Amino acid sequence: MSGQTFAQKALARAAGLDAVEVGQVVDARPDIVLSHDNTAAIRRIWQEFGQERVLIPERIAITLDHAVPAPTTKHAQNHAEIRRFVQEQGIRHFFEVGRGICHQVLSEEALVLPGQLILGADSHTTHYGWLGAFGAGIGRSEVATLWATGELWLRVPESMKIVLEGDLPPGVTAKDFALRVIGDLGADGGLYMSVEFHGSGIEAMSLESRMVLPNMMAEFGAKNAWVAPDERTVAYLERGLRQRMEIGDWRLGEGTQSPISNLHSLLPDPDAQYAAVHHYRAADLEPYVACPHSVDNVVPLSAVAGTRVQQAFLGTCTNGRLEDLAAAAAIIRGKQVAPGVRFLVIPASSEVLKAALERGYIQEFVEAGAVIGVPGCGPCMGNHMGIPAPGEVTISSANRNFRGRMGTADSEIYLANPAVVAASAVAGSIADPQDVIA
Amino acid sequence: MHITSRAWKYGDNINTDVIFPGKYTYTVTERAEIARHALEDLDPTFAANAQPGDVIVGGRNFGCGSSREQAATCLVYNGVGAVVAASFSRIFYRNALNNGLLAIACPAAAEAIQPGEMVTVDTERHVIRCAGGEFVFPPLSASVMGIVQAGGLVAYVKRKLAAA
Repeated sequence: MSGQTFAQKALARAAGLDAVEVGQVVDARPDIVLSHDNTAAIRRIWQEFGQERVLIPERIAITLDHAVPAPTTKHAQNHAEIRRFVQEQGIRHFFEVGRGICHQVLSEEALVLPGQLILGADSHTTHYGWLGAFGAGIGRSEVATLWATGELWLRVPESMKIVLEGDLPPGVTAKDFALRVIGDLGADGGLYMSVEFHGSGIEAMSLESRMVLPNMMAEFGAKNAWVAPDERTVAYLERGLRQRMEIGDWRLGEGTQSPISNLHSLLPDPDAQYAAVHHYRAADLEPYVACPHSVDNVVPLSAVAGTRVQQAFLGTCTNGRLEDLAAAAAIIRGKQVAPGVRFLVIPASSEVLKAALERGYIQEFVEAGAVIGVPGCGPCMGNHMGIPAPGEVTISSANRNFRGRMGTADSEIYLANPAVVAASAVAGSIADPQDVIA
Repeated sequence: MHITSRAWKYGDNINTDVIFPGKYTYTVTERAEIARHALEDLDPTFAANAQPGDVIVGGRNFGCGSSREQAATCLVYNGVGAVVAASFSRIFYRNALNNGLLAIACPAAAEAIQPGEMVTVDTERHVIRCAGGEFVFPPLSASVMGIVQAGGLVAYVKRKLAAA
C-alpha cells in the first residue's frame, strides 16, 4: 500500500477503518458538529425525525455570531429559539452573542484537536486545518442528520500539496499567499480536494497567520485544508484545554484524546499520492488584492492602488485576530481615517478584543476615527453593521467579495490583508502601507 | 426520472450569494418567500417566470461560496427539475441532492445547451438531450440516487430511523 495523505488518515479514523482509498465513500462520525445562527432552522429540520433528544449533545457546538447582537426582531426570535434548544438539549458548548466568530471561538476553546473531524454548517469550516484537523462545510439537513444519527457519508478526496519555501517578505502576509494561490489556480482550483500546506514558509508562520490559509481554501473549492501541527500548536491548544479543565468542562479520560497523543499518527506519509503539487517561493510574493466580484480576480496591490473607497472593514474569521489588529494599528497610529471613509474594526472574538484593549490598539483605532464593532461576523455577509450604499466601494480583510455579499448588489468589494485595509482607510483609496507610513 | 423543460443558462462560478443573498438567511423562512428571492442578484426575471421542471445550466464551480442550503431549496421551491453544470462546488452539490434536486456534472452538455431551449434529462439512460446533441453523464452512485429518489436526505434518514 502506498503512503497515505492526511485526508485518508483522518477519514479512516473518523470512519473507524484501518485505511481508506481515494474515492471511497465512508460513513464518518465527526468529533464536533458546528452550527451558528442557522441552528434554529436546523432544529426545525431535526424535529422532522421525531426524536426528543439529540444523539450526542457533547459533540455539538453552537455559536451566535452571524448577526449579533440581533439587528431585528426576527433575528432576535431566531436567537431566542436557539437558546431554548440549547437549554432543552443540555448543549454545553454554546457561545453567546459577543463571544466571537465560531471558528475563532472553537479554536480558542480547543474544542477541535489535531487529527479530529469537524463538520459544520458553515463553508469556512475548512478553517480547522490550521491545527491539523479535518474540517469541512456541510448543509443544514446534514447537521440535522448528524444530531440524529452521529454519522454522515463523505467521499475520501484527492489531495493537492502546496509548498511554500522561505520567509514571507515584510508587508506580505498569509492572506497574500492565499490570494496568490487562488488567483493562479482559480476559484475552482482545489475543487473537491484536500489541500495540504507544506514547506519552511508554513513552518515559520505565526499560528494566527496559519489560520488564514485553510480558512481561505473555502474560496478555492477545497473540501478541507491542512497545516502540520507543531509544538506551538500544541501549546496553544493546551492553554484552551487548561481553561476548560478549570471550569470542569474537560478532563483527560476515556474518549478524550490529548492533542499530543493524536499528533504524530495523523501526519501525511512522505510517499503519499497527490493529484497535484504546486511550489511557491515566499520571496516571489507581494501584497495582492482580489477585485470585484470574484475571489480569484487577483492583481498585485500596485495595479489597483488609488481606487477610491468609502468603507474599510477589518475583521472576520479570516483576518480579525490580534496580529491583524496589530498590523492595522501600526499603520493608523497617530493618523486619521480619511474624510468620507468609515473604518470598521471588528475583533474576531472577545479574547481578541480583550488583548487589543490591553495593548492599546482599540484606543488607537478610536482616536483615529475608526468604529469598533461587537466580536462576530459583522457586515461580512450583509446582515448588518456596515452594509454599503449602492455605488460604494469597500476594502475588506474578509474572504469573499461576491456581488451582493455585503447586502447591496450594486456595490464593490476588494479583499486585501489587514495592513492594506488600514492604509486604505487612512488614504481614502486603496493604498500600499509603505506609502501611508512614509 | 425523465425531465423535459426549458433551460436557464448562466456562466462560471455562480455563487450562493447571487443564488440566495446572505442577508435573508436567518429571517426568510417561508417556502414561497424563499422561492421569490431565487437568483435575485443574478437574474431578476427568473423567479417570476420559472416553470416546474425547468433546468438551470451553469459553467464551472456552480454554487461556490456559502453552505446555505437555501441556495438549493430556493430552486426546488421554484420547481426546478435539475441543475446541469460543468462542475459543482461541493457543498451546493450535497445540498442539492440532499433536497432531491438532481445535480448533474456534464461539461459537454453544459456547454452545448443554449439559453431558453428545451432540454431533456433522462436519469435512467444517463443522458441529456438538447438541440446540440445527446450527452452521456456518469450515473450517481446507488446510495446517492437513493437519497434523491426518497425526496431528499431528511426523508431518507427518517426511513432509515424507522427501519432501525
